[in-house]
Amino acid sequence: MTLQTETLVGTSSARKAWRVETRTRLSGLFSLFAIALIVILCAAPFLVSRGVVQDLFFILTMLALAQSWNLLAGYAGLISVGQQLFVGCGAYALVGFVTLLGLDPIFAIPLAGLFAMLVALPTAFFAFRLYGPYFAIGTWVIAEVGRLLFAQWKALGGGTGTSLPRDATREMFGVSFLEDWFGMRTAAAADAVAFWLALIVLVLTIWFIYRLLRSKQGLGLAAVRDNETAARALGVDAQKLKLVIYLSTAFITGVVGALIYLQKARISPDAAFSLTDWTAYVIFIVVIGGIGTIEGPILGVIIFFLMQNALSSYGSWYLLLLGALAIVTMLLRRAGSGA
Amino acid sequence: MNWLDSILQGILLGGLYALFAAGLSLVFGIMRLVNLAHGDLIVFAAFLILMLVSTLGLNPFVAALIAGPLMFAVGYLLQYHLLNRTLGKDILPPLLVTFGLSIVIQNGLLEAFTADSQRIPAGALEQASISLGGINAGVMPLLTFASAILVIVGLNQMIYKTALGRAFRATSDDVVTAGLMGIRPNQIFAIATGLAMVIVTIAALYLGTRANFDPTAGPARLIYAFEAVIIGGLGSLWGTLAGGIILGVAQTVGAAINPEWQILSGHIAFLLVLLFRPRGLFPRAVD
Repeated sequence: MTLQTETLVGTSSARKAWRVETRTRLSGLFSLFAIALIVILCAAPFLVSRGVVQDLFFILTMLALAQSWNLLAGYAGLISVGQQLFVGCGAYALVGFVTLLGLDPIFAIPLAGLFAMLVALPTAFFAFRLYGPYFAIGTWVIAEVGRLLFAQWKALGGGTGTSLPRDATREMFGVSFLEDWFGMRTAAAADAVAFWLALIVLVLTIWFIYRLLRSKQGLGLAAVRDNETAARALGVDAQKLKLVIYLSTAFITGVVGALIYLQKARISPDAAFSLTDWTAYVIFIVVIGGIGTIEGPILGVIIFFLMQNALSSYGSWYLLLLGALAIVTMLLRRAGSGA
Repeated sequence: MNWLDSILQGILLGGLYALFAAGLSLVFGIMRLVNLAHGDLIVFAAFLILMLVSTLGLNPFVAALIAGPLMFAVGYLLQYHLLNRTLGKDILPPLLVTFGLSIVIQNGLLEAFTADSQRIPAGALEQASISLGGINAGVMPLLTFASAILVIVGLNQMIYKTALGRAFRATSDDVVTAGLMGIRPNQIFAIATGLAMVIVTIAALYLGTRANFDPTAGPARLIYAFEAVIIGGLGSLWGTLAGGIILGVAQTVGAAINPEWQILSGHIAFLLVLLFRPRGLFPRAVD
């Protein structure tokens, strides 16, 4: 997905010698299409029913989670199965800021992202000591530690969890405006605000990833992915790059976690730190759509949403099918790439 | 007295964790594969033993003797037909495929056996205990610990004294050269995973007879196994036993202070080791 033109032109002596293009005519067309889609989505709360807005909210938040996991695993090679830590921390930070400090949820959301990033610092300190596959399980252990610690926090309900106060979402910024001007019911207005926030977060996330990958750091990242030793020999600070990516995805994931629980309004440690909901589904979305591309997760989230609507009533058969599909996709991808 | 008792129970629990970990360690050592479905395979084996016990009315130990070869076949086929295809320089495919496998096994077990927690009945052995200088130790935990030691001795003998072990080590060091010397790496990998599944069956026997388990119990077993391996240091089976013991003692002592802290204190012990000895307490392997 491309939203911006970018050309690098060589310095004086070699002005005509080389030219880097990061977009084609097709990607230009696609970016126009994307902008049109975003405009249509902005108007969605006025056009479609509340149920559809909630479905769209689900798609947007899952896509934002998938994009950030894709950045982490597909570009930085950091395969984490502990992203539920940041969803949970973001969600609990939101509930904490809103119920204990009485902040407006809109302001609590970026703070929740910062909190998740703060948690990511010690997490990275521990997890980065582990090599490749062990990093994956290491992040999972730390997510478990997070879940167990939040279950001890009695002010927020301990192991059974708690609810956001009803007034918090009613009095949220923009809700009364929607009620007065468009005659929306309070609950619908709160959903609409959450939806727009999700749209903003998603667009910013994709824009951030797009810009990052086409920056000097992004080039370094690609070099590290292709050959870490060679990249380091050329002066790319691989560890620092990975840390920056890890912290930024923690921020994004925390913000999305806060948003999801703003809409759900009910939190418990088991749900907020759920491996299935916030990591297994996300990995499925990225793998099925195509890891290491920006458009992959977009395709993946659509497939995921359709499958969930069609099959979720089958319970564990549905999850079994998801797992099997992920395995087959991964095997076919390897066969396709000739490895 | 209470403390001594907690520590003894912890040490014996460590035997169980070492059994969880030994298979994981073997597979990683030979093919650098971390099987995220390891815990679910333990639970799968526990259900297999339970089925043999409940339908044929067998003694659990006899059932494990039958389940062992079956699990070897499962491991062999799984590695030969599925996991071997994922091996390579890229660490992503094996991780994602085993993660998918973990979800498939968990939900398959849920469909087959429902979410009820189960237990393998072991008759009088369940409650039997021996007095050790004033502290009572259960016979089952003692058997678990003894089995862990036997498994580790056996594995070490196999790896360092037999032709198969030589093939394992050669393949682990250099797949291509081992292939030139007439070893078929794919088959070696399949045998290694098959053996790991035999150890998994032993672990499952003790898991199922000493505590309740249900289809979602796998991931936690994987985490304990992983922690035991990392605490002990990669490449050392005795280190893994030590890691299991440290984890077990941390958990039982934590539980003695506050029952809610059992799991958490195990994780904290793991993080402390990672903080002060990032390569584990007794590292041998370089990676």
